[in-house]
Amino acid sequence: MTLNRHLTGWLMALPLTAVLAVFLVLPIIMIVVVSFWGATEWSIYPAFQFDNYEFLLTSNVTYRVYFNTLKYAVITWAFTLIIGFTVAYFLAFHVRTLTWQIALFLLCTIPFWTSNIIRMISWIPFLGRNGLANSALMSWGVIDEPLDWLLFSDFSVILAFVHLYTLFMVVPIFNTMMRIDKSLIEAASDAGASAWQTLWHVIVPLTKPGIMIGTIFVVTLVMGDFITVRFMSGSQKANVGRLISNDIALLQYPSASATAVILLITVLMVIGLMLRFVDIRKEL
Amino acid sequence: MEPRRPAFYILSAFFGLFLVFLYGPTFTIAILSFQGPQGGLTFPMRGVSMHWFYDLFEQQAVGDIWGSFRRSFVLGLMVMVTTVVVSVLGGLAFRKRFAGSSIVFYLIITSLVIPSILISLGVGLIFSQSGLRVHWATSGFGSQLTWTLPFGLLIMFAVFNRFDKSYEEAARDLGASPWQTIRYVVLPIIAPSLIGVALFGFTLSYDEFARTLLTAGSYNTLPLEIFGMTTNVTTPVIFALGTMTTVFSFLVIGVFLLTVWFLGKRRAKHGSDAGKGMM
Repeated sequence: MTLNRHLTGWLMALPLTAVLAVFLVLPIIMIVVVSFWGATEWSIYPAFQFDNYEFLLTSNVTYRVYFNTLKYAVITWAFTLIIGFTVAYFLAFHVRTLTWQIALFLLCTIPFWTSNIIRMISWIPFLGRNGLANSALMSWGVIDEPLDWLLFSDFSVILAFVHLYTLFMVVPIFNTMMRIDKSLIEAASDAGASAWQTLWHVIVPLTKPGIMIGTIFVVTLVMGDFITVRFMSGSQKANVGRLISNDIALLQYPSASATAVILLITVLMVIGLMLRFVDIRKEL
Repeated sequence: MEPRRPAFYILSAFFGLFLVFLYGPTFTIAILSFQGPQGGLTFPMRGVSMHWFYDLFEQQAVGDIWGSFRRSFVLGLMVMVTTVVVSVLGGLAFRKRFAGSSIVFYLIITSLVIPSILISLGVGLIFSQSGLRVHWATSGFGSQLTWTLPFGLLIMFAVFNRFDKSYEEAARDLGASPWQTIRYVVLPIIAPSLIGVALFGFTLSYDEFARTLLTAGSYNTLPLEIFGMTTNVTTPVIFALGTMTTVFSFLVIGVFLLTVWFLGKRRAKHGSDAGKGMM
């Protein structure tokens, strides 16, 4: 009977495992292998050398780029958390009927199902030298000449990240909040807690798993990104993803692979650390 | 009901601003795509016209937009069907522990958090080193599945976490075979969530960029085509294209949501079918 149970489980998980084996595990193995290869200007050749890693780990650029990547991740995380938590809190505890909750929640999630690239492009008419933001600020007399740092800067990169990824905070936090037993809130207020105390001492601790899941999404999306940084900084800023994509563009696959291996290790370490605080399967 | 506290109004305002932040830019490019023929990428509007939409239909004006749209659409459907089938099977498998289930679970998580460009790079390398040609329907298709499947599975896990097992026990007690239980009891109950999985499968594939970048081969999907345009097109035609694909996305989302709503309505109308069994 137990053999039978394992067998049906395996059979049903087989298509899934097959896809992940071919398109996830094999590519990772391939990247690890190629990261030890060598490259000429136009081709790559099998080898077993540590040159790529040596170059990577001794270069100043690597550390600067890593610092930049972490900076983007931390700042984006802070903003998405604050905005996402507030929005989810409003939906879960201040909107009173389920119909409205679902309707407003859907309104928040719809952009997730539209194109990221289009949503990035949409910022250009806002932030450019002659964009809406600059003309509005000038007509109000706040500034005399257009601000240059609105577009193609750290500011626009982080703005786009927050714009694209706040949903990844809203959804899991809202999900955990909706599962909080409302009688706990009542108990807190019966015991004399103010709304603020209830929020801080009851709701926030109970929402931690949702916050963790949202954090995992946002941090990995920002750390692995290359396109938002390239597009919103006008190729003036770098992160690890861009390092990889630049190497790819130059056909330097071995060095791209070495960078990719280190990025993957970093991301998995961060996630591993977070998974210690939350059991994802229980929280869905 | 207790009266609204001031916090409610502050939070409502915050929520309103959030929606403006979320949708504002999209609406701006929608307006700008009606820019007059002499107009540029930003305000002011120099007249109102459909000029840039006509441009999209002109052959070779801006690359192979309609071909890439067709490919993205077909690929989206392929990914959608595969995601639904594989996620349901996977979800059913994970209801009971089987040897190796935690390894598969961690693979799913890895698939979700791995930077997309690594999939692109790795799959691209495998195909090029083994002498295969990358193509959107093979390597591109598989790479996109590594993005859509984790979402499908997470939804299935959430669904089965809330699934009341007594329905199945009742079916078993009435003499249903395991297959009958799944076909006539489990699947109808989870059907609405499957529409959700399908929505994720289609739209995530339709908009997928990074994982398809090195795996689509010489025929671009729509997001790749749009990305190519961002580097060399400096007219509002790109806004027109953006508006068109966003409208298309809205239509797709609308169809899915309507289907869910319609199913719920029909189910409510039919009510319980107790006593109307096959006997």
